[in-house]
Amino acid sequence: MSELEIPEGSKEIRCIVCPTGCLVHVENVNGELIIEGHSCKRGEVYAREEFIAPRRILTTTIRVEDGFLPLIPVRSDKPLPKERLQEALKEIAITKIKAPIKMGDILIEKVIGLDANIIASRDLVEA
Amino acid sequence: MNSYEVDVVVIGGGSAGLAAAIVVKKAKLNVLILERDKELGGITLQCIHNGFGLHEFEEELTGPEYVQRFINQVKELEIPFKLDTMVIEFTAEKIVYAVNNKEGLIEIKAKAIILAMGCRERTRGAINMPGFRPAGIYTAGQAQRFVNIEGYLPGRSYVILGSGDIGMIMARRLTWEGCKVKAVVEILPYVSGLIRNQVQCLEDYGIPLITSYTVTKIHGRDRVKGVTISKVDRNFDRVIGSEKFIECDTLLLSVGLIPENELTREAGAKISEMGGPIVDNNLETTLNGVFACGNVLQVHDLVDLVTAEAKRAGLNAVEYIKSRYGKEEEEVGSIKCTSGENVGYVKPDLIPKSELEKDIIFTFRVKKPDRRIQIQFKDENNKILYKKKRRYVIPSEMLELKLNLSDLQIDTTSKKIIIEVIPRLEVLIEED
Amino acid sequence: MIYDIIIIGGGVTGCSIARTLSKYDLKICVLEKEAEIASGTTKANSGVIHAGFASPREYVKRHMCIKGNKLYTQAVKELNFPFKRIGSFVVALEDEQIKKLEEERKKGIEDGIPDLELILDKDTILYMEPNLTEDVVGVLHAPSAGIVSPYELTFALAENASLNGVKFFRNQEVIKIKHQDYIFTVRTYKGEFQGKNLINAAGLYASQISKMLGLDYFSILPRKGEYILFDRNALQLNKVLFPMATKVSKGILVCPTLHGNTFIGPNAQNITDREDLSTTTAGLKEILEGGKKLIPNLPLRSPIRNFAGLRAVPDDYDFIIDNTDVYGFINVAGILSPGLTATFAIAEKVVDYLELLGLELKAREDYNPIRPKPDRFKDFTKEELDIKIHEDPAWGRIVCRCETIPEREIIDAIHAPVGAKTVDGIKFRCRPGMGRCQGGFCRPRVIEILARELGLPYEEITKRGEDTNILIGKTKDIALRDIPGGATRE
Repeated sequence: MSELEIPEGSKEIRCIVCPTGCLVHVENVNGELIIEGHSCKRGEVYAREEFIAPRRILTTTIRVEDGFLPLIPVRSDKPLPKERLQEALKEIAITKIKAPIKMGDILIEKVIGLDANIIASRDLVEA
Repeated sequence: MNSYEVDVVVIGGGSAGLAAAIVVKKAKLNVLILERDKELGGITLQCIHNGFGLHEFEEELTGPEYVQRFINQVKELEIPFKLDTMVIEFTAEKIVYAVNNKEGLIEIKAKAIILAMGCRERTRGAINMPGFRPAGIYTAGQAQRFVNIEGYLPGRSYVILGSGDIGMIMARRLTWEGCKVKAVVEILPYVSGLIRNQVQCLEDYGIPLITSYTVTKIHGRDRVKGVTISKVDRNFDRVIGSEKFIECDTLLLSVGLIPENELTREAGAKISEMGGPIVDNNLETTLNGVFACGNVLQVHDLVDLVTAEAKRAGLNAVEYIKSRYGKEEEEVGSIKCTSGENVGYVKPDLIPKSELEKDIIFTFRVKKPDRRIQIQFKDENNKILYKKKRRYVIPSEMLELKLNLSDLQIDTTSKKIIIEVIPRLEVLIEED
Repeated sequence: MIYDIIIIGGGVTGCSIARTLSKYDLKICVLEKEAEIASGTTKANSGVIHAGFASPREYVKRHMCIKGNKLYTQAVKELNFPFKRIGSFVVALEDEQIKKLEEERKKGIEDGIPDLELILDKDTILYMEPNLTEDVVGVLHAPSAGIVSPYELTFALAENASLNGVKFFRNQEVIKIKHQDYIFTVRTYKGEFQGKNLINAAGLYASQISKMLGLDYFSILPRKGEYILFDRNALQLNKVLFPMATKVSKGILVCPTLHGNTFIGPNAQNITDREDLSTTTAGLKEILEGGKKLIPNLPLRSPIRNFAGLRAVPDDYDFIIDNTDVYGFINVAGILSPGLTATFAIAEKVVDYLELLGLELKAREDYNPIRPKPDRFKDFTKEELDIKIHEDPAWGRIVCRCETIPEREIIDAIHAPVGAKTVDGIKFRCRPGMGRCQGGFCRPRVIEILARELGLPYEEITKRGEDTNILIGKTKDIALRDIPGGATRE
């Protein structure tokens, strides 16, 4: 994976690793990251990732044809860049899958061209 | 009328029921699951977000993925189950009556029953909310069912009352389906659910979290047109003059969950104040051979803990059948477990004196969040049996501790123990 | 088609008149403004059948109440609606109030109210009603009082009327009425109806209807009453409990329902908006305080719903039942409490007036007064249920957990004469949505059944008629709206 560019500026990031919820200050100072306010190593790692390249697992549903249910819950098998979630959701919205489906089936390969697939979260039999 | 005899009947085919049934089947007893919906899985099926399975499987799964694993095991183990089947009654003698449209009325004689009926949502009427009664008012779980399972949207623009996890998860879910969530309104001065959800469901999407406010009026006669929210003071009374109007066409209520114990009550089991049956350390209710686990016993936050509790209930039901079923029950005194300072409730409600030698899993919740506290178990004479420090406690996180009271030198003539959560002594000294 | 009689208003009054008239060989129709009958005051009131001592003697409504009360006995046998004569207490909390109760008792006995008695022995009172406050000093006990389900009564009336030839038209808000050559032409938003006689039973809108014919001699003002309904297990009351009445109203009652719930209410607040059915913080507080005076241990932890109803209050607080100056037009307005009790007496009076107008009352040959009791899951024994489910599997699929309602009851409610077409219509006919979870579990199933039986998409199923749609589209609809084409892949 290529080196990700460190964004400019600073951000207040609320850490979600444990319920303490430390407010971590992350700042880009001449290409170096200053991180303060965390209480543990995991928090520092989270804050860094969140500042440089925030990612999220996408969990939604896809329309199904001829299925026991009209929708099947799905998720991305890897976290997606946060700023591209809307795009991914659009591609998912226009997709329809035929039943039967097994949990783990890849329903959309390389969603919006990213290195991540949309997979089924459950089995779904035909109607 | 179809009559069956089984060793164990499990009422409810959700996460709790499935885990309990699997344990019973593995112990080579015969078990039957009765489920009212058209497929197994319960409420976990509609929780399509992730965050499940970290304890049970050491993986992060979505709700459906989590419960699918148990459904697969049920099928592999060939555990019989009935769908679209509603239990209408069970008796203290462990006879269960259920109906479905294929068999008619079904009578099942069981040696033990495991209750796993889950919980329902608190409604608008239950919180005495005034206003019109237009279309467009849902509980968060109802909306979740429509959006994720039935395939329909309740509305276009939303206000969500209650910042519990269900409310926040739905805020994100609806945003991801193109709807507009105008605000999440919370009556307490702090967010009610996990910080993780506050960040990933609200802050990520610029959805305001308005704390110390509640909905005081619903506008719109035919369909919701908006809500008025008002600030509340420390006594949760409305602050006059603080009203704000938010336009929306749907109001979602995420204002609490209540264990569903109508059947349990009618069977004659004693129900505790927080709505779940009174149980001992074996999760046995006040009816012999009737056990309870999952949300029907106490509302859980993590399905992993539901699974763990259900496995225990299953094992205890098996043990009951092997060593106590059909025999005369002995009268044994018990120790009551009561809540002390800042504790909302404790399970188990009581421990028979004959069980004091065992390791006991206590689960409890605090009433108010606090930092740098000490959990204390003491007897009625204030003798401290056990204490444990914690950095923080919040009501939305159920706490669990495994203790052996005998090892802790409990006085066997004790009538009760008290669990409390208090600020640490050293903290008090610091603040002087 | 020219009807002999057009009735405006499908509440208990209109349906009661329709049913009573249906025993004659006449062409009758009922025009109801909303999507379902029993949508107005009929569905949001105390459901009490009063003994009749509360109204002053000079009022027509007192006598109609006493007469109507007695007519319930026969009506229940024919129409099989939920009704029980449990009796009522008017509760005196101070010694000075006993004198007033004794006066009412005396007058009541003289006017034909059966078995009215004053009970002063506290032990007896508390034995009859153990939940009553210990501050009670005496009660006026009326054994002839009872509780009824006002909307189930109305459905029974309408079903029987329909069986006997009455036509019901819904979503028909009247906008104009013409009277020419002894024929009334009634124009609504959706159609036009012609009839020789016109009966105005339009409840809160009765004076508007009357004005359409130039008869502007009374006004009807809405008076709001708020209620709180408690859970079924919460309290077991034996009697309808009244406080001492005031000039304005009978006060805030505590009352059991036929389904085992308890409610408190109503308060009394004059308002101007005929559609304002909102409950208020102040109003709910008022009825809680009123209720606590009679029942100190109200189940405050178990409310399941609050709602409000509007009384149609005429200027002089008495029924307006008039053969008017417009020949063939009868006003039946201002039917506030005890209008529900008086309903059969009111219907008989209307028949008398029609006779005076020269209407020929020939008996209908195939008139059938019986409306059979609807089958309810909860009424069957286990053995009966088993047989029923085998004959008809729709009895075995339970849709409402809280009230144990099977699919069959819902299907029947949709296909009954003047059947349910909305979610609230189902709710009021067979109860899904009235229980503890207030529709949490059953709502998707009720919508599914309505959609299937009426042949409509889910999005067109409404709560109670136009503009109260419950779902606005399918899950992906909004997301797809922004994408041109919304093409399908794979």
